[in-house]
Amino acid sequence: MSGWFLKGVTTGTKTTGYPAHAEGAPGVSPGRPVGGAYPEREIPLLVARCPVGAIRPSGQAAVMVDYRRCVHCFRCQRGLATPLAWESGYEWAGVFNDQQALDHAFTRSVNILVVDTGDCGACLNEVKQLNNPYYNMHRLGLFITPTPRNADVLLVVGPLTDHMRVPLQKAYEAMPTPKRVIAVGACALSGGVFAPSFACNSGPADLLPVDVAVPGNPPPPLAILQGLLVAVGRKSPRPLESPAGDTAQEVSAR
Amino acid sequence: MMKLADISTQVARRWPGEVETRLDVSSSTCDLSCTSNALPAVCTWLFTEAGYSFAGLVAEEGASQWELRYLFYGERAMGWVQVIIYAPLSERTFPSISASVHAADWHEREVEDHFGLVFEGHPRLGDFVLHDDRWQEGLEPMRHRFNGREAVGERQPNLHWRPRRIVHAPGSFMMPIGPVFSGGTEPVHFLLETVGEDVIRTIPRLFYAYRGIEKIAEGRTVADALLLAERFCGTSAFAHGLAFCQAVETISRLDVPPRARALRVLLAELERFRHHVAAIEAICESTALAVAASQTAMLQEDVLRVTGALTGHRYLFGLLCVGGLTRDLSDTDCQDALAAVQHVGLQLDKIEQLLRFTSSFLDRIEQVGVTAHTDVRAYGLVGPVARAAGIARDLRKAQPYCGYEALNFEVPVENEGDGYARLRILFAEARQSVRLMEQAVASLPAGPVTVPPELQPGAALGWTEAPRGAAVHWLRLGEDGQVERYRIIPPSFMNWHGFHLAAEDFAFQDFPIILATFDLSVAENDR
Repeated sequence: MSGWFLKGVTTGTKTTGYPAHAEGAPGVSPGRPVGGAYPEREIPLLVARCPVGAIRPSGQAAVMVDYRRCVHCFRCQRGLATPLAWESGYEWAGVFNDQQALDHAFTRSVNILVVDTGDCGACLNEVKQLNNPYYNMHRLGLFITPTPRNADVLLVVGPLTDHMRVPLQKAYEAMPTPKRVIAVGACALSGGVFAPSFACNSGPADLLPVDVAVPGNPPPPLAILQGLLVAVGRKSPRPLESPAGDTAQEVSAR
Repeated sequence: MMKLADISTQVARRWPGEVETRLDVSSSTCDLSCTSNALPAVCTWLFTEAGYSFAGLVAEEGASQWELRYLFYGERAMGWVQVIIYAPLSERTFPSISASVHAADWHEREVEDHFGLVFEGHPRLGDFVLHDDRWQEGLEPMRHRFNGREAVGERQPNLHWRPRRIVHAPGSFMMPIGPVFSGGTEPVHFLLETVGEDVIRTIPRLFYAYRGIEKIAEGRTVADALLLAERFCGTSAFAHGLAFCQAVETISRLDVPPRARALRVLLAELERFRHHVAAIEAICESTALAVAASQTAMLQEDVLRVTGALTGHRYLFGLLCVGGLTRDLSDTDCQDALAAVQHVGLQLDKIEQLLRFTSSFLDRIEQVGVTAHTDVRAYGLVGPVARAAGIARDLRKAQPYCGYEALNFEVPVENEGDGYARLRILFAEARQSVRLMEQAVASLPAGPVTVPPELQPGAALGWTEAPRGAAVHWLRLGEDGQVERYRIIPPSFMNWHGFHLAAEDFAFQDFPIILATFDLSVAENDR
């Protein structure tokens, strides 16, 4: 057993400086496309290549990207004469659709119930990474709880399959108020590549009031961490479209 | 050992006039068209005497007839055998083969739910893919007449549905777990039949994550169906995407450039390595060995970052395309990634050494969740779970693809079939993956990474050894290059079937450990 003790002690501190400092290690995020100016003649081709309709023309010679739909297929980046601009970074979470500005019900310790509603396993795995020493969400007062009775935040991954509608509804109802709902991943925000179909919906929003959206397919752990901090009012939300349009809500957090 | 070329003579001798054989040497496949009457006997002979493994059952609704295709594979010289029966669409009853080929049990249940076909002699049909408490009987979503793009309107589900009990003893009761349970688990429901402390039997109820991938793939272009193949199981995305691409490439007779083949091996092994590290982490976590769980969790994140830095995506999405890869990876980037993976591999070896001498850990996984060799064979289990019980069949060796035949590696085998054997297999396979990556990087050919994908209509099998075991994809493309039928047989589907073998007669506190060592994915199973 002393071997484990030594192993632990000699490993040293691995935890990221985020949210106080930016995380710069390579490979922590896949990055994402950025909307904006684009050669007008090539816009129809670009829009047609996007399999989920995340890229739309916006004005004369520009396109906009809807991050709620983007599934990281890289078709707007690879195999095109003019690849769409690509940004690194991971602060992606925003306030979902028409929800009002988040109040500050939670400021200290927060318990999170994670419900998988038909996720492919990638988003769920990224959520689990938050518990590893690199991200260590416990240091920020964030804890994953196994029971809805104890939960403040409901974190939903997956496109909400028909079979999971009742369990999700029951889990939400079993949570005490005040409560927040975070939808993580493109599937939970728009159904991703799976919806609409007989077996699946376009995420939990048609069943529950979703407060915070974390786009990505899957969003990297730091994006999910930022989403959790947005839900508790400790980080500012980011627009869910690029460039930020009228529908994206800019809500300043304290 | 049976040879593929001998199949036709053997079959002609045993069932004269009832089976028509067609041997295709180039794809080492033998088709056996047989009558419904001969089907159970032919399948039983292949499975129990000729040494073939059951890969899956593919049902297709043609223009005028049913086509049921029972897939078998064996070692390299044994090739693939497809037992096919045709029947008019009016025919709704077929003989069940699961009494003797038990591996086909869940396949028949699935076809019954999907197509409404009845397998005579099967003891337990209904309430499988589509839960009876949500869907009415007779929906048959895989039939062409069913529109999969829209939600189903008015429904009359069976609200009287109650779980089936097997144990009837005084004081026995059912302990339900899931589908929302523990901290961040996939949606699955377990009914533990118990008399108090000891669990007698475990009945998993699956398909909470059923997204109907096979249905919604129909009518899509190949490129859009590839998105589904990659994204239905994010933790083995590359393996499934590769199986799909290989099916298309077989149909269209595309020759993937050598560089793309070598890179595909590199990425597939990178994914296996990452998956095995994650599986080892899950086992450490289930036994509450916190330091080991943290250490392996960091290693998993290290590999995720290496993958992200090398390819642009942490789970290898968006890299595959029909005919090769969507982007080239530079030789230096591959060498850097390999060096990082080798470093993680050394760390992993150290953790294995520490675990081997941690008696509190070994006490919890040794002799836990034992599966017997004969049961594993009868249930057709695959992957590390089967290799821990003495069944070494690995598609990379048995039916090589992507150039695996030219690479040096071993398929580790253990015989105990318990949790510890499965853990040792994971460590040993991770080492072999590093070895394969070293060979792929050492001899990266130059040249393009893609050929123009000129599609042709037809049908073919694509297969890979996914991290959890054999993944078999059956694909039929129409004249316009659209998907007509897409059948995915993922390894988790085979292994969930046999999960109850390991989860019998145990104490409650062992349940998470048995579950973790069995290394199952719900998303992969449910599709």
